[in-house]
Amino acid sequence: MLSIFSPHLMLSYLFSLNFAYAALTTIWISLASLLVGMLIGLLLAAGQEIPSRAVRGLIIGYLWLFRGTPVLLQLVFAFNVLPLFHIVLPAYGCAVLALGLNEGAYMTEIMRSGIRAVGPGQRTAARALGFEDRQTMLWVVLPQALRIVIPPIGNQFNGMLKLSALVSVIGVQELLLMADQTASMNFRFLETLTVAGIYYLAMTTILMVIQVFIERACSRRRGRSAKASGLKLFSPANLGMVR
Amino acid sequence: MTPKSQGLLEGIAIWKSYGGDDVLKGVDLKVHEGECLVLIGPSGSGKSTLLKCLNLLEPISSGSIVFQGKEIAGLRRHEASTVRRHIGMVFQSFELFQHLNAEDNIALARIKVLKDEPAQAREMARHLLRKVHLPDKAEFYPDELSGGQQQRVAIARALAMQPALMLYDEPTSALDPETVGEVLDVMQELADDGMTSIVVTHEMSFARRAADRVIFLDGGTIAHSGATEDFFSDEVPERVARFLGRIRA
Repeated sequence: MLSIFSPHLMLSYLFSLNFAYAALTTIWISLASLLVGMLIGLLLAAGQEIPSRAVRGLIIGYLWLFRGTPVLLQLVFAFNVLPLFHIVLPAYGCAVLALGLNEGAYMTEIMRSGIRAVGPGQRTAARALGFEDRQTMLWVVLPQALRIVIPPIGNQFNGMLKLSALVSVIGVQELLLMADQTASMNFRFLETLTVAGIYYLAMTTILMVIQVFIERACSRRRGRSAKASGLKLFSPANLGMVR
Repeated sequence: MTPKSQGLLEGIAIWKSYGGDDVLKGVDLKVHEGECLVLIGPSGSGKSTLLKCLNLLEPISSGSIVFQGKEIAGLRRHEASTVRRHIGMVFQSFELFQHLNAEDNIALARIKVLKDEPAQAREMARHLLRKVHLPDKAEFYPDELSGGQQQRVAIARALAMQPALMLYDEPTSALDPETVGEVLDVMQELADDGMTSIVVTHEMSFARRAADRVIFLDGGTIAHSGATEDFFSDEVPERVARFLGRIRA
């Protein structure tokens, strides 16, 4: 008879291939959805700068639709309704489609705030040099805007890692579904869910570290490189303790 | 320096209104090749707006702008940006691209607009940095440079497009007093080398030294203008004399 909590069983789950694969699925679904969302966000945020009512109307309609309905509904919709129109995607395709479209709505706002944060004088300077609008956006505004939006994008990725648990409802074998299915065979919910939790924590922790590195690399490029590379590498600011 | 008679840029009866507000009310101005024109006047007189109209950053409400013998007012966006390549502009707030170091700030437009080879453009950037007396700042980012240094990089950035004309919009107004001189020196060197310039400034010492002609703008019209030596003689309209007195005080 097993006790309430079996460390041995938990460790065996923790190092099982099944859970590792499920964690990989969680990572790539999240990453793919985030990238789809970023691409949509970037295009739509830049599109909002176009002085056309039709374009702006379409963008606002999209934002209204995807921010106004639950992502779970969008997910189930993609999985169950699209086939009625003979659009049959594999479950993970529906997952990335729904999560990506949903993410795109939020990314549009993030990218837009980044673009707005680049002062109008920078555009004027680019135009004065003979840049066309598209070139100004591509080479002057976006490179600065992307730096500004790195922290919020990190937050979105963190959220996405957890949000991706929703795709278990359409049968994608990610972490939560794996834990659930494993437990349904022996009712060891404590061990399986703990292992899933450990995986989630590990992923979000690694993500935070990566984010600190990226932000540091960006600020180092702007701070004096030669002097900063040595001692300052381990300063509190560089370790993310001071903002 | 002997100005040729051909006008490089000519504005005829330039009107500019924002909403119902008339900022420029029929300004005529002509700059010849190799000439240095200084524009002065109280704030709100339309000096900056006039500069922005001349390089088509602001569309004019009516009038005409002729650059290198061609009418440029009312050009479409694409042609307007082609014209702007030939007119350099320097801003009060520098507006260096914050994500690029000095060298790349200068080279960017050559690479992206004129499609130069990057190595060639950077070579040119380093040459221009020497010209504005900043030979060792190529790798520095804008926030690592003083205001005077940033403004000199901005001048080099404008020069990189090999413009026929330079417009300076209060280039030293945002600077600490001790760095004003280094920027004005560069501008004067360029003018002495024959760079056609229109300068909006409150630096009367620069106007005396470098300007061929001075134009006094007030309330959107040219209130007074003349060759530099005449302009600073005692026989100026009272309005101008009062303005000059305030500037000197």
